[in-house]
Amino acid sequence: MSVAVLYAVTGLGLFSLGLYALIVRAHLLRKILALNIMGSGVFLVLTALARRAPDGPPDPVPHAMVITGIVVAVAATALALVLLRRVVETTGQPRLPDPDSE
Amino acid sequence: MAAEHVSLLPVLLIFLPLIGALLSFVFRRRAAGLGIATAVAVFVIAIALAFSLTRPQRYPVGGWGAPLGIDLVVDGLSLIMLLMSATVGLGVSLYAGGYFHARPQLARAFWPLWLGLWTALNGLFLAADIFNLYVTLELLGLSAVALAALGGSAAALGGAMRYLLVSLLGSLLYLLGVALLYHAFGSVDIALLGERASAQPVTLAALVLMTVGLILKTALFPFHFWLPPAHASASSPVSALLSALVVKASFYILLRLWLEIFEPLNPGRGVTELLGLLGALAVLWGSLQALRQTRLKLLIAYSTVAQLGYLFLGFPLAAAVGPAAWQAVIYLALSHALAKAALFMAAGNIVLFGGHDRIADLDRVVQRLPLSLAAFAIAGISLMGLPPSGGFIGKWLLLEAAIEAGQWWWVVIILIGGMLAAAYLFKVIGFAFTRAPVSHEANAVPPVMEWTALVLAVGTVLLGLWVSPLLAWLATGNPFGVGP
Amino acid sequence: MNHWYDWVPLMLLGSSLLPGLVIFALPERSVRLRTVLNLSGAVVKLLLVGWILRHIYFDYAVLFETRLTLIPQLDLALRIDPLAMLFVTLSSVLWLLTTIYAIGYLEGAPHRSRFFGFFSLCVTATVGVALAANLFTFLLFYELLTLSTYPLVVHRGSDKARRAGQSYLIYTIVGGVLLLLGTVWLYTLTGSLEFTPRGFVADLEQRHHPALILIFILLIAGLGVKAALVPLHGWLPQAMVAAAPVSALLHAVAVVKAGAFGIVRVVYEVFGVQFAASLGVAVPLAIVAAITIIYGSIRALYQDDLKRRLAFSTVSQVSYIVIGVALAGPVAAIGGIVHLVHQGLMKITLFFCAGNLAETLGIHKISEMSGVGRRMPWTMAAFTIGAFGMIGLPPVAGFISKWYLSLGAIEAGQDWVIGVLVISSLLNAAYFLPVLYTAWFGTPPERWPQARDFGRRETARALLFPTLVTGASALLVGILAATPFSPLAWAKLIIEREFY
Repeated sequence: MSVAVLYAVTGLGLFSLGLYALIVRAHLLRKILALNIMGSGVFLVLTALARRAPDGPPDPVPHAMVITGIVVAVAATALALVLLRRVVETTGQPRLPDPDSE
Repeated sequence: MAAEHVSLLPVLLIFLPLIGALLSFVFRRRAAGLGIATAVAVFVIAIALAFSLTRPQRYPVGGWGAPLGIDLVVDGLSLIMLLMSATVGLGVSLYAGGYFHARPQLARAFWPLWLGLWTALNGLFLAADIFNLYVTLELLGLSAVALAALGGSAAALGGAMRYLLVSLLGSLLYLLGVALLYHAFGSVDIALLGERASAQPVTLAALVLMTVGLILKTALFPFHFWLPPAHASASSPVSALLSALVVKASFYILLRLWLEIFEPLNPGRGVTELLGLLGALAVLWGSLQALRQTRLKLLIAYSTVAQLGYLFLGFPLAAAVGPAAWQAVIYLALSHALAKAALFMAAGNIVLFGGHDRIADLDRVVQRLPLSLAAFAIAGISLMGLPPSGGFIGKWLLLEAAIEAGQWWWVVIILIGGMLAAAYLFKVIGFAFTRAPVSHEANAVPPVMEWTALVLAVGTVLLGLWVSPLLAWLATGNPFGVGP
Repeated sequence: MNHWYDWVPLMLLGSSLLPGLVIFALPERSVRLRTVLNLSGAVVKLLLVGWILRHIYFDYAVLFETRLTLIPQLDLALRIDPLAMLFVTLSSVLWLLTTIYAIGYLEGAPHRSRFFGFFSLCVTATVGVALAANLFTFLLFYELLTLSTYPLVVHRGSDKARRAGQSYLIYTIVGGVLLLLGTVWLYTLTGSLEFTPRGFVADLEQRHHPALILIFILLIAGLGVKAALVPLHGWLPQAMVAAAPVSALLHAVAVVKAGAFGIVRVVYEVFGVQFAASLGVAVPLAIVAAITIIYGSIRALYQDDLKRRLAFSTVSQVSYIVIGVALAGPVAAIGGIVHLVHQGLMKITLFFCAGNLAETLGIHKISEMSGVGRRMPWTMAAFTIGAFGMIGLPPVAGFISKWYLSLGAIEAGQDWVIGVLVISSLLNAAYFLPVLYTAWFGTPPERWPQARDFGRRETARALLFPTLVTGASALLVGILAATPFSPLAWAKLIIEREFY
């Protein structure tokens, strides 16, 4: 197993771990963290797969994608955190309201 | 000269709303004026593009070209989507001018966000590569979530939060698919991928990941759970945007990928039948839920769940009879955009007027708010698929495809969906005639809000009459390929 | 649109559509402007109709056709032909009279702009149904008729009206869906939906015949809802919650006739009556119509509410048209088609009378009608003509219809239909004669339920005039049936030119 494949498999592992937490955890902060972990997993996969030939130089395009992806992820996390604060302020708890409770 | 001029128009469709967003963020006091001016300009440019586009255009931004640069492509499918967002966008902008006039605090947030959303939307419809699609999809999702939260009520914030989580999850699934495709075929350009892609496990994995991510964002049954709370609790112009345009964007990506990359690889009937089945369940479930609702905006939101289901019937039907089914689906999507925007606007007027959206207490709005109710009814006719309307033409084409394919179960779904739509919409209209036990004090509704709703609703009728030019535009560049 | 006369069908639509749209925008208090618009629209339409009739009668070569291609091979097309003009003439004449009637009837009532706006839309849709040159266009106006009558049913805004509207919609929307399915299916088989004399489906291969039978059933069921074929008739008595002019023009004439007219089109110009007979679908249709005729009459017997009795009578009488068409012979077809006009004139008279009784004296039930003939002799005279016509007594129009239907039944070798007609006439007599007897020979009560005073006249002029005109017409078209401009002559012309 080459290093690249190891990284890629780790990335997929992180992704699955995050997905699990996103579904199972009720606390919104944990859900946001879970999404971040999933994101890191995807970025890891992208970085790992950039090495196309075992000896040649890595492909720069996926790296550029990862940088773009990180920027997007930061923005999304910021928005999520702001929303989380507002949800806590209005409902008093860091959980999603039950949609049928209205 | 003429050709260069044409190729600049797509760029303007992205940069104009972007500049508008920045300006309205800086000059907050004049945000509404700037926003409406931008909307008018974008609308005019989209129309100009429609009339000048004779064959598909590809525009390399900055002159770099693929694989390094970002290309914009426009063909018939993108054109119709751009026209859809331009028309609804202009309508919503005018409506929002009236709606936020009395809420200056919200207006300052609305305009930059909405114009940002529009930038992302147009960028998405013009994107030529799957990574650019990812970026625009994320921008679209984030601005949509921020807009959904704008109302600030607990329901709106909760709905927006759920929407955000689902949206990010969908994007990440999609991005993972992008990574796999790039790894396997060394390109993100859709056309190149279409040439290079071959049927192998990694392609199938990408197909599954991307499809799941995108149907999550399109709120296809059973992933629709996030849509009704988010769309119903948002402020009315935002509801209109979310239901009419935003959900169509992820469907558009799915359709593009399917048409250009996955379908030629023949992934098997299982995929198309499954998507069709989920669509059919969405039609039934969404309609039945809509029928159960006692609140007007929730009813309309569930109707969106149902109407999105029709779009997915295109997958099995196109597999059976070819591009005609996609024509029908796009026509339905376009009609739904106008109709749903008009419905949410009319509902917004009713809420503003009576201070609530309880259907049983509509209290003679037919007499007291006739223009809005007319908008509601006319848009409703299109959703039911009754003539003369775009919805009718779409249903007709879809039925034709289903009968030609001999797939009677889809015929039954389409017809039942139409009857259920009539049931839930006429439930509202019926109560608009009766008197409520307690009459509420009425607030004035700015005329511009009534008229924009009505004009968009009448637009659905025009879609039912002005069919062949639209279908000709849609056929530009043969986006659906030749039939089997 | 190369010739000026391509616009004629559109003008026929526009003469009621445009006034209707303007009326929507009028404020409630501009009574005079609204009246002028209403009446001038109706008069313009009538003048146009007269002019076109002359054109068709003497100069058959001109084809009035408006066409808009939506999708290649799918056109929105309006065409004037003799059959269309029969229906257009009937609805234009009755529209003018009903408008006058409605102005009188609704004097001082709320929301009149809305009422007259939708009323004009309904008439527009009816004319569109008549002029449709293909099944696609027909479907469009047929649905439009559903949609534009709904607001008139729920117009009063009571909970009862809302529920009646609901059930009206359930029937008509389901009917529309069946019609839609049949139409699309047919289109996928033939690639064309243009109404053609003697039909356009007979050339299809033998293997499509089972599909054609199903399509026939779908189309007839879809149309049968509006034509109130049993068991699809349930909406009609319920829709009587609407105001008298609505019951009179729309539910007794326009809507049910749109269904019956559609059946004529489908049998003669989609399938072709010979082909329909060879498919074996004509006789079952005649049987359904016969059941409807008997069933409607029996139900009518038991209604005390006058409008409901008339509604069930409509259920029964409209199927005379259907049975005439289904018998697949020229003479029966003449009887069926001419009944389209005759039944319209007679039934609208009866509904006008019912409206007069309700509006003048507050009478809604037959049991309240005792001696009303002495208080309102003119109204009851008109009612008597209508009722005699329904029973089929000569020389009123209904007799002519029944005569041709009976001859046609013999010609077609379906003698049992005569039995149906006889039974139906007896039942008609059984539910109309007691009404007449009570009204003329009963003792008037001390006071009427809700009497209004109209001075020397028995009721408002606007209510009485249309009633007398339609009553007299029902008598005249019967007496003058043999003259060249009678509905009978026109029905014969249709049959000769188009179908045989």
